[in-house]
Amino acid sequence: MARALIELRNVFRQYDIRGESDAIVLENINLTVFEDEFLAILGPSGSGKSTLLRIIAGLVPATIGKVYYLGKSITGVNPGVAMVFQSFALFPWLTVRENVMLGLEGKRLKPAEREEKTLKAIDMVGLDGYENAYPKELSGGMRQRVGLGRALVNDPDVLLMDEPFSALDVLTAENLRRDMLELWLEKKITTKSIIMVTHGIEEAVYMADRALVLSSGPARIIEDIKIELPRWRDKNSPEFSDMVDRLYSIMIKKQTQEAKAETTADTSEWSPVPVVSAGALTGFLELLEDNNEKADLYRLAERFVMEIDDFLPIVEAASLLNLARIVEGDIELTPEGARFARATVLERKELFREQLVKYVPFVNKIVKILDAKSNKQMDIDFFKEMLSHHFSPKETDRQMSIIINWGRYAELFDYDDDSERLFIERDED
Amino acid sequence: MLTGFNNIRRGFEWMDLLVAVFVFALLYAIVHLGEGMNVSFEPSQPPAIDLDPGALPYYAGRSLLRMFIAFAASLLFTFSYGYVAAKSRTAGKFMIPLLDVLQSIPVLGFLSVLITGCMAVFPGSLLGLELASILAIFTGQAWNMTFSFYHSLITVPHDLQEASAVLRLNWWQRLVRLEMPYSMIGLTWNSMMAFGGGWFFLAASEAISVLGDNFRLPGVGSYMATAIADGNMAAIVYSIVTMVLLVVLVDQFFWRPLVVWTQKFKMEMVDSTEQPTSWAHDILQQSKLVAFLNDILVERLAGGFYRSVNRLVEAMAVTSRRGKKVAGILLTAARWGLVVGMVYHAGQYAYAGWQQLSTVDAGQVLAVFRLGALTFGRVTIAIFLAVLWTLPVGVWIGLNPRLARFLQPVVQIAASFPANMLFPFVTVFYLRHSVNFEWGAIPLMMLGTQWYILFNVIAGAIAIPNDLREASRIFNLSLIKRWQKMVLPGIFPYLITGIITASGGAWNASIVSELVSWEGKDLVARGLGSYINAVTTAGDWPSIILGIAVMCVFVVAVNRLVWRPLYALAEEKYRLG
Repeated sequence: MARALIELRNVFRQYDIRGESDAIVLENINLTVFEDEFLAILGPSGSGKSTLLRIIAGLVPATIGKVYYLGKSITGVNPGVAMVFQSFALFPWLTVRENVMLGLEGKRLKPAEREEKTLKAIDMVGLDGYENAYPKELSGGMRQRVGLGRALVNDPDVLLMDEPFSALDVLTAENLRRDMLELWLEKKITTKSIIMVTHGIEEAVYMADRALVLSSGPARIIEDIKIELPRWRDKNSPEFSDMVDRLYSIMIKKQTQEAKAETTADTSEWSPVPVVSAGALTGFLELLEDNNEKADLYRLAERFVMEIDDFLPIVEAASLLNLARIVEGDIELTPEGARFARATVLERKELFREQLVKYVPFVNKIVKILDAKSNKQMDIDFFKEMLSHHFSPKETDRQMSIIINWGRYAELFDYDDDSERLFIERDED
Repeated sequence: MLTGFNNIRRGFEWMDLLVAVFVFALLYAIVHLGEGMNVSFEPSQPPAIDLDPGALPYYAGRSLLRMFIAFAASLLFTFSYGYVAAKSRTAGKFMIPLLDVLQSIPVLGFLSVLITGCMAVFPGSLLGLELASILAIFTGQAWNMTFSFYHSLITVPHDLQEASAVLRLNWWQRLVRLEMPYSMIGLTWNSMMAFGGGWFFLAASEAISVLGDNFRLPGVGSYMATAIADGNMAAIVYSIVTMVLLVVLVDQFFWRPLVVWTQKFKMEMVDSTEQPTSWAHDILQQSKLVAFLNDILVERLAGGFYRSVNRLVEAMAVTSRRGKKVAGILLTAARWGLVVGMVYHAGQYAYAGWQQLSTVDAGQVLAVFRLGALTFGRVTIAIFLAVLWTLPVGVWIGLNPRLARFLQPVVQIAASFPANMLFPFVTVFYLRHSVNFEWGAIPLMMLGTQWYILFNVIAGAIAIPNDLREASRIFNLSLIKRWQKMVLPGIFPYLITGIITASGGAWNASIVSELVSWEGKDLVARGLGSYINAVTTAGDWPSIILGIAVMCVFVVAVNRLVWRPLYALAEEKYRLG
């Protein structure tokens, strides 16, 4: 049995909002990461996968629960980890060499030793010749190599990667993935384990030995599967596609089930609304209607050239408003959805309005409240206050703005940015 | 990373000789000028100022030294105050509002207090006066710089903070590697502005009468003051030329190279097309001697300093848990001691001040408030008139890129030039044509402050995105519509920033611009500024305190009630991009 490097026990994380800590980001996370393991953490955007990674790094404390490194509970930054950032997080005023050397700054080393280790790391990530270049002189892929070099120079036990390839273009990302894997598989680095947060299912299946899938809302681990395909993996092999399909449907199913279950439950009012503009939703429904029949979700996303992070919320929104439904990994239009896709602009607004009031209780509530007022308007803070009991401050703003977007499209209510009030246009007749 | 200039290996060139001579001259000049600071003197016999133009270079040097000492002090203050305010949440809660109030206090009103205080510290030496002047310049510079540094510290990008945490950098490493470099561009810019504003305080603080005594420190400002007392127009012109030269030289030899150097601290990952240039920086960069000095001073000395402090910080971090506990207790005790001490002293001074104030009767308080209202009226009119002309001119300049490139540095220098040095010309004009000085004081106020508005309006007009300009052209908007829809909203935040700076400057200027003299003849405008000026000369302490207190009340009230809300509105609604 491989040695356990990192262990999380009963980890919770919540935001403190005026003493009432309602907005839970992570719920009851139990996780053990072993030596020689490449772990991918998957989940929809805003699901708290980055927060989870930061808890492992010790950058963010767990509200409840403990993190262990080699059996010892950690407080503060985890001594065994290094981290690669989505944004690279390089210091623009330092050269490649100086940026990499920063990884050794916390250690007491002789200058010669420092220099030697730095140059070795630079060689390893394929940046020799660029030692004296500044980050702004490099392409995105090269910048991330600097980030990687800086993380590896310190010989960390565990390498944490926060969506390391998502700021790169497709080809560069592919190239870097291969190089990264080569370092890992051929043991060119002393790193004993890698934990990578990603929203790319294919990326996870290509690189990792094990995948965690997090749910949205308060994130829980809903799936923890081993990916035991032989290395170097062939993306065109049926086994590979099967694995991708399997993970895809796990994510979709969980999401839509949650959405469905919650529309009928009492707490439904406060399940988050997918962050999708009315325009994007309309476009999606039109494309579905062009498609004319039900379609496999994974293929559909591929055809639209959409990342799962952008794609899932649209699917979710469509099924929340009962304009489309998901049956065993396939998506099809409901009768309302079909009508919507064929309707004129004005009819669409009408239909959208009906669905919105019917299926999104919070919108219904807003309309009722505004209607009850004699001047037909209400301060936005009143509604935000209601949301803030259930969401983090950032999420509250996001939810509010998307609900305003939908309300405006449906012509249910409008919002005046100057007075910061929601209002219903009074009928003149 | 501390290296400023690329180490280009080349032969020794004639340029190096020039630089060597320059460096040597600089060192000697500092020593020579410094010698003069600690000369003994009797208040009854102030050192005479020589109106011979040949003496001007020496006086200019003394003024310059004062400016740079004050600037160094401001930097030191900025780093320590800004750092503590940003890092300690509890301290910040008190320190930032305090800084905000300090910033709006009219420094010139305190000059008399400063001078008597400093002279008590160094009796029988010119050093006290010197210190008072430096402190006056310091108070004109430090607050803005501190705000800039504080603001940078709290806006360090989140990912870089996280990276430093995962890289386990200690607080010192973070400060030197991340926080200082990140704040460098903003701090340089603000320092440049603060330094420019400092000339005004220099000119005003070198020559002043307190308690019936005339104090003259050797410098350009007192040269000017002596020339005014003598009615020597030629000497006035000499001093103005010297002043312009000083401002331009400091700009070319100090600020420009610095601005070019700080470009490497830009957060942007792409090079912008317009890069600032500086010929002085180019020379320095090519000089082998500078590379050598850089190696010794920056790499060895500063690097060594960085490493030793680092070792100290590390050693403190690894001390035993018990040691940490003791240190923690000591630190808390020291902190509380400091707080209690400060509260005690502040309380004591407040009480003493209050006692002084209580000797003043209510009628006088009311009268002083009335004077304050008069000055307030002048400040408002001055700002209004300044906006009236700077708005169209600034927009016109800003929307013409070629014009802007040429005129922007000129305006910047004009803003740096101490307006009080132009007062004699206006005074002579007023005396000849017997202008009503109650109104005549307003243009004097404008002389110094309008540039800040112009400067900001130009910056705002430049910042209007090109696509907006093109759109307004395509839609064929009328002139009025264009101003209404594009220009005014676009420059609004900049305009407000400029007006806030200008109004602060105008209050300060009121102390020197409501009372001017020429050959012993005084022109006085009724107002708070002339009141403070008069009671300072008379040494009437309760009235001095009253005058300053009332001015502070006015400035802070106007800031809170008018400018702050407007600024918030500008930030929220009209910030482009």
